[in-house]
Amino acid sequence: MSLAPGQAVRVKLEWPETKGPCHIRTPHYLRGRQGVVERRLGSFANPEDLAFARPAAALDLYHVRFDQPAIWGEGHAGDAIVVELFETWLEPA
Amino acid sequence: MNVLEADSGKLLAAVTALLAQKGIVQPPEIAERIAVTDAANPGQGARMVAKAWVDPAYRALMLEDGSKAAEEIGIPMRGMPPLGVLENTPSLHHLVVCTLCSCYPRAVLGYPPFWFKSAAYRARAVRDPRGMLADWGTPIPENVQLRVVDSTADYRWMVLPLRPAGTEGWDEARLAELVRDGDMIGVTVCKVPS
Amino acid sequence: MSNVLPDHDVPRAHHDMGGVSKFMCDAVDTGDHALTEFDRTVDAVRGLLGAKKVMSVDELRRGIEAIPEAEYHRLSYYQRWIRSIADNLMVRGVITEAELRATLEGL
Repeated sequence: MSLAPGQAVRVKLEWPETKGPCHIRTPHYLRGRQGVVERRLGSFANPEDLAFARPAAALDLYHVRFDQPAIWGEGHAGDAIVVELFETWLEPA
Repeated sequence: MNVLEADSGKLLAAVTALLAQKGIVQPPEIAERIAVTDAANPGQGARMVAKAWVDPAYRALMLEDGSKAAEEIGIPMRGMPPLGVLENTPSLHHLVVCTLCSCYPRAVLGYPPFWFKSAAYRARAVRDPRGMLADWGTPIPENVQLRVVDSTADYRWMVLPLRPAGTEGWDEARLAELVRDGDMIGVTVCKVPS
Repeated sequence: MSNVLPDHDVPRAHHDMGGVSKFMCDAVDTGDHALTEFDRTVDAVRGLLGAKKVMSVDELRRGIEAIPEAEYHRLSYYQRWIRSIADNLMVRGVITEAELRATLEGL
């Protein structure tokens, strides 16, 4: 999957930490949230496998921008949170 | 008892003894590594910032490829994660946090400070950044947009702060002395001491 | 504000701290806390094990996240690290639990 800057995306609404040992780099507060791709940062080995010393595929990593007040239901209009997210956690919104 | 619940100092002594015995890590390597790590400090990032303030071509390079910009002034980046640089402007302020652990641009700022690793910082920076910054003595004006950068994966992020007023004509070395670690994470802004 | 989701009560991992309510009223301790010799040594051992491909930073994190919550908060930053390093060295088979136990007893 290739995502372009400006594209609307949604973070998958998944909770692997409730299902057993795992290592994930997608913060809890972003699950299911909609954001906008800022840019592709490159391709990096999947940390979810590296953490268990398993063979790790290279995945695209994106900088994704989220509306900050929308996440918390409070805050200052226009403020944003920008987070590095792997392609496997994103779907077109 | 779970062997991992042993006293931390003893655990370190036992681990280093076993690693030496097995020929994996020898004590002189540890001493050398500490010396190398101690050499990375906020003064490195401050040199980059000062150069970017006086040299537009360097500023452009720094925003395009932070790692390359660091290497260009002799900061070792080999084996380090890629460095991204976030530029503050009169209408945009950046704040860096790592809510999942403590990812920090160590190559250019050194060891992460205590506050950066604390639960309060990690919790508040994404949810109440303006309140947290106000407590810090860094109120963000209403007309300035705030961007919190949660460092979750393979990049490390530093902020290129705004050059303070009253520094016209200063050379790089004098400018670099103004820049503190907090300015390059976004918890403080760079100021000329009064 | 339509983006506010109802199911963010889903349990979270204790290291995943962004926005966690119980820390929201804590003041950030902005004081200098100089690193100790222990801290620097643990940091250096981790760096060397990474450079030598004995264990990755991702494995370090996994080991830290596996520390039970109460202990995670009781331990200092580098105390968590040495615990994770020891854990990972055993998982990887670089050292055995029996060796570690015997070495600890011999100190």
